[in-house]
Amino acid sequence: MKPLLRVDTLITKIGAARVVDGVSFRVEAGETYALLGESGCGKSITALSLMRLLPDGGRIVSGAVRLGDTDVLALPEREMRRVRGGRMAMVFQEPMLALNPVIRVGDQIGEALSLHQGLAGAAAREAARALLDSVGVPDAARRLDTYPFELSGGLRQRMMIAMALAGEPELLIADEPTTALDVTIQAQVLGVLRDLRATRRMGMLLITHDLGVVAENADRVGVMYAGELLEEGARDAFFTAPQHPYSRMLFEALPRTGDGGRLATIAGQVPRLDAPLPGCRFAPRCPFAIARCREESPGWRELGGMRVRCHRAGELPTDSVRERIAHSATAHVPQTLLQVEGLKMYFPIRRGVIPRTVGYVRAVDGVDLAVQAGRTLALVGESGCGKTTVGKALLRLIEPTAGTIMLGGETVAAKRMPALRRQAQMVFQDPFSSLNPRMRVADILLEGMEALGVDTRGKRRGAVARLLSQVGLPDDAGDRYPHAFSGGQRQRIAIARALAVSPRLVICDEPTSALDVSVQAQILNLLKDLQDDLGLAYLFITHNLAVVEYLAHEVAVMYLGRIVEQGPAGAVLHTPRHPYTQALVGALPRIEPHAGRRIIRLAGDQPSPLNPPAGCHFHPRCPHASAICRQTYPQQTDLGGGHWVRCHWVAEQGKDFPG
Amino acid sequence: MFAYILRRLLYAVPILIGVNLLTFALFFVVNTPDDMARLQLGAKHVTADAIERWKVEHGYDKPLFLNTQATGSAQLTDTIFFRHSATMFVFRFGKGDDGRDIANEIRIRMGPSLAIALPVLVIGLMVNITFALLMVFFRATYLDLWGVVLCVILMSISGLFYIIAGQYFIAKLWNLLPISGFAGGINGLRFILLPVLVSVVAGIGSGSRWYRTIFLEEIGKDYVRTARAKGLSEIRVLFRHVLKNGMIPILTGVVVVLPLLFMGSLITESFFGIPGLGSYTIDAIQAQDFAVVRAMVFLGSFLYIVGLILTDISYSWVDPRVRLR
Amino acid sequence: MSVGSFDFVPVILWTDALIFALLGVVLALVWFIRRHPHLRAPWRSVARRPMTVGAALVLVVFVFIGLLDSLHYREKLSDSLPGHPQYSVEVLSAFDALVGRLRTQQEKTYSAPLALRLYAKEFIERDGMTVRDYPRLKYGGAHLKKTDAHASDIAWRIFAGLGQGLAASLLLFGLLAAWQARRHDTAFGDWLAAWRTGHLGWPGRTLVLVLGLMLMLGAAMAHLAADYHVFGTDKVGQDVLYISLKSIRTGLVIGTLTTLVTLPLAILLGIAAGYFRGWVDDVIQYVYTVLNSIPGVLLIASAVLIVQVAIEAHPQVFDTAAARADIRLLALCLIMGVTSWTGLARLLRGESLKLRTLDYVEAARAFGVSHVRIISRHIFPNVFHLVLIAVVLDFSGLVLAEAVLSYVGVGVDPTMYSWGNMINGARLELAREPVVWWQLGAAFVFMFTLVLAANLFADGVRDAFDPRLEARR
Repeated sequence: MKPLLRVDTLITKIGAARVVDGVSFRVEAGETYALLGESGCGKSITALSLMRLLPDGGRIVSGAVRLGDTDVLALPEREMRRVRGGRMAMVFQEPMLALNPVIRVGDQIGEALSLHQGLAGAAAREAARALLDSVGVPDAARRLDTYPFELSGGLRQRMMIAMALAGEPELLIADEPTTALDVTIQAQVLGVLRDLRATRRMGMLLITHDLGVVAENADRVGVMYAGELLEEGARDAFFTAPQHPYSRMLFEALPRTGDGGRLATIAGQVPRLDAPLPGCRFAPRCPFAIARCREESPGWRELGGMRVRCHRAGELPTDSVRERIAHSATAHVPQTLLQVEGLKMYFPIRRGVIPRTVGYVRAVDGVDLAVQAGRTLALVGESGCGKTTVGKALLRLIEPTAGTIMLGGETVAAKRMPALRRQAQMVFQDPFSSLNPRMRVADILLEGMEALGVDTRGKRRGAVARLLSQVGLPDDAGDRYPHAFSGGQRQRIAIARALAVSPRLVICDEPTSALDVSVQAQILNLLKDLQDDLGLAYLFITHNLAVVEYLAHEVAVMYLGRIVEQGPAGAVLHTPRHPYTQALVGALPRIEPHAGRRIIRLAGDQPSPLNPPAGCHFHPRCPHASAICRQTYPQQTDLGGGHWVRCHWVAEQGKDFPG
Repeated sequence: MFAYILRRLLYAVPILIGVNLLTFALFFVVNTPDDMARLQLGAKHVTADAIERWKVEHGYDKPLFLNTQATGSAQLTDTIFFRHSATMFVFRFGKGDDGRDIANEIRIRMGPSLAIALPVLVIGLMVNITFALLMVFFRATYLDLWGVVLCVILMSISGLFYIIAGQYFIAKLWNLLPISGFAGGINGLRFILLPVLVSVVAGIGSGSRWYRTIFLEEIGKDYVRTARAKGLSEIRVLFRHVLKNGMIPILTGVVVVLPLLFMGSLITESFFGIPGLGSYTIDAIQAQDFAVVRAMVFLGSFLYIVGLILTDISYSWVDPRVRLR
Repeated sequence: MSVGSFDFVPVILWTDALIFALLGVVLALVWFIRRHPHLRAPWRSVARRPMTVGAALVLVVFVFIGLLDSLHYREKLSDSLPGHPQYSVEVLSAFDALVGRLRTQQEKTYSAPLALRLYAKEFIERDGMTVRDYPRLKYGGAHLKKTDAHASDIAWRIFAGLGQGLAASLLLFGLLAAWQARRHDTAFGDWLAAWRTGHLGWPGRTLVLVLGLMLMLGAAMAHLAADYHVFGTDKVGQDVLYISLKSIRTGLVIGTLTTLVTLPLAILLGIAAGYFRGWVDDVIQYVYTVLNSIPGVLLIASAVLIVQVAIEAHPQVFDTAAARADIRLLALCLIMGVTSWTGLARLLRGESLKLRTLDYVEAARAFGVSHVRIISRHIFPNVFHLVLIAVVLDFSGLVLAEAVLSYVGVGVDPTMYSWGNMINGARLELAREPVVWWQLGAAFVFMFTLVLAANLFADGVRDAFDPRLEARR
């Protein structure tokens, strides 16, 4: 049987860089082929090459793309337009940006319907409505008349998918379709895509950086690195025994439950693609590289059901490359460093002819937290739940509406701010916006010390060198500007900046979510080392449960401004009791086989904190909601061992019910 | 929406008061009425009597803010500030140096100003958008590059030269259109053509280059790629998606000047002898007729603020994301 | 110092002082930028654009003339007593001294470019008879005994000028090539080949071409101007080329000093409004909405009228006509500056609003860094490119505005040399038959060259500093 899509030695250049370099693969009808790789590996450009939608300056140099019997690259532009959106459609990453903001979604879908199916008027509207039904948009007829900004992220992505389906494509290309979405929404959207592929017998090219997404959705996998395909094969074979060192290290870099060892990291950086690259592209970073790897580019080999391009495939050690360092499990003496009680952060909404406050956005609505010295508390929740606001309110970057904050046993008041600022510091999410591009790294590190009067001028200079080595940066880094560093290195600088005033607590606001897996591993290792060496306490704010499992001692789960479940990390993550926590844990795509996992798929979206639902905030999405949930907010139910939950359902069942 | 407009109108009041106070300060505090009288009368005729007479004639013989000689409310009203500045809030501008009622002049002269300014705006908008779209369609080619260079050349020429060249070549040398003048009705068309043509041409350079930047910014956005991925042709992408988004900044930029069209263009009207508000203003400046200049400043500010409010309203029309509250 | 030993006394007008202060600031900035690689990088990319570099070269010539014209002095009167020197009331500049005769060779009235005769008939004596005809000019082409040699003389001067210019540029180019080849340790021929094919890394071809063209043009002009009025003469017989060249300084002063007034206001108020928000923002927004709402020309006109009244009320303050005109020019710059800061301020306010929420500002606040320090280290350096772009973009607009304002009658002093005054004066003569076009033509050529060069340069600067393009680098 002929494959649906066949790509042969595709080479695409952007400027002088060969961003896609000799990539070949095929996709069968009805199967999902996942193209896996870290940012900048060329996977998105591969997809855009297939659609012939390259950005300015990009061009396909050579290669062949066949869709069924059609030679896609040879088609004249007019014919190509019929293929685009007709036989081959694409779903993009960021649905907010990918939809036209000023055209109703119904019209945007109708445009594709009229183009590829010749439908217009009432017929087009009916067809569009049917499409929305098929992607699970509730209340479809009304939603046709909305603008993209009126929809939630999940609904927008469904609209994108419906639009892609309008031409009844044989092949659907999904470019990181769920990366911009929360886990529970991601699970919904991936479910939609799986169902569609099955019912429509479409081929699907799924482009992603997330091994978990691949494991749960793909039939076959191709791993890309620096513009080349390194390894390819069936999903099960790949997840049982990846053959390429790069694939293996990706697995090893992934934080997983329980082993406590260091994460594998990949040294160095992706090579520049505008210079000729002899040998294997991964060789400079490969721990198994031999002389031949650097001279001769490896060809394809069949091995264990996989095809792989590696000279040393098959001779690699079978056990993990992860170092197994037993972290110093010194007996932990509980000593509360940070104690927060009744923290509230309300943002007023002002309306009217003469503006007056008509309501509040309750971003944080009565949060209690305690962080032990030298330990990590993870604050987990989806975007918009108020977790970042908590972090900023703790440092008084925004003035909280109510609540007390005690640090080291002393109340944090406005007049004692310098003392607070020496004890607690912050690391931000985006390593690009968190460093001033106009300041040298040394000045960035000195800023805090100068502002808080730490040490004398001469000693501070020495401190810069110490900080740099502490976070694993070269000595000369201090004289350079942030743009000379990669994302991971920048995040190290940001950590060093926080450490400059020797704080006891560091608030980490999603410090790894903008980074690739292999870089994330470096930062997580670093954070763990620093905790061991300096006895730091972390308040780790994140949406990524996998990271939490690796790093946290305690977990607090936040939903719509309130904490719904809190307890020791093991208890919360392995026996979650709150239905929301259960859904979060269940929605996380995992690379392990799905044995015995109870998946609760949540319906709908998180409501707005402007107008939270009465009673338990979670009840509209909760599978166990009863009458009482709609009326009163649940009290804390203690489950023992410091594990508690706010849920009527759990309270009714009694606390012994196994999770 | 209603509450929003009401609020904006309320906000406009302090701004107009600010404008009023500022002009008042400029005209009466920095220079005394005596200085003005001396300037007006010219060096030769300056005698104390003449100055006094001039001040009485023009109503500048009163105290600035507080008339201690008057009684009751007249203490405040029988002053220069009240007579010359405060009355502007009800559009009573008084008389100019030529003895004519300024408000009446404004009413008469608005028509001719609009007759030039409105066609210039509409035709200019169409021409500039067309050029901009053409350049964007051929982006990153030599056509685009030289289009931009042409724009830069066009905008490097002073507006005065466009007018002078237009009058000299089209009217004087080739005798195609009258050099200047104005008439009402259909007869006036031949007078309007040349100033409109010249003004449109003078605006092409900066206008189309600006619109090109707007369209280029839009065309780099993700939704354009989505539209192409649907299989739309480049023309449809341009007209349906890019134009629709690009028109938001363009239209709102136009709306803010809409009310100001009444004020006309100083230079164009003066060169072409259009009896509009522009030439009225310029005559007043050259004759140093302070009363008229003051009135025009107030009128201009008022219209500008109206333009700002209209802009906000038009935003909510063209951009569904904007809700006025 | 014995006063009598000098033939002149330097005069520092207000605008001169400010121009040289500005020059100092620019030089300091250049020095500062050179020491910081991340600041130098965008300038390097500016220097790689052929069109921008060509435009910059033209600007440099204009600026040089403007600077020469800003070194003012008064000559000692020849009949003044020793020990009691008396100085002329006429303020001259280094530029005047340099062009010498161009200033002093004044005809009676209009004459066409390169003409031998006046543009108006007069009664002249010819062969003992009084006839009414176009008389010969006193200076223009006076060296020619016979008028039929006129055409060939002009052609020869042009040819000689072009030739000398070409020779000079070839010599310069040879020196440059030799120096560059030596510096990069390459063969002379290799360097030439790299130059020809445009592989130097900097726009060598454009630079050499523009320089050569300017030298040739300048030399030809110099040859012609020695004995002719290249652009004719104006109503009072003054050389139009001289007027046009003198107008350069006026244009530059308006284009730069206005910005100098604008910048502190715009930067301080714009950043303060965006950074502090709250009532500071409200007050600043109120002020600029009020200023903005007054139509620009009217506000400038009102202010200029008032300044005019003030100047005329206090004639004793100014010892020379030049000082008087200078104060009016300065006042015009001040007024235009005060009325035009709002645009940049609004831009900076918006940018500061965005920057203040960025993580690096949050990080600084988490250390308790003071507002002044946050603004000076985090906000200002990151909006500076906007300031720079605004400065270069505004320049050409201001030069053009001068012409319009002078036409309206609220521009520079009528006695001041400026393109606006030239246009204003020439406009009325267009109705004359045959037309007196050369004043307009000269003003057009000079103004257009300066504004076009400024616009092209501004384009290059904007492209290099635009943060959206920066991301791609």
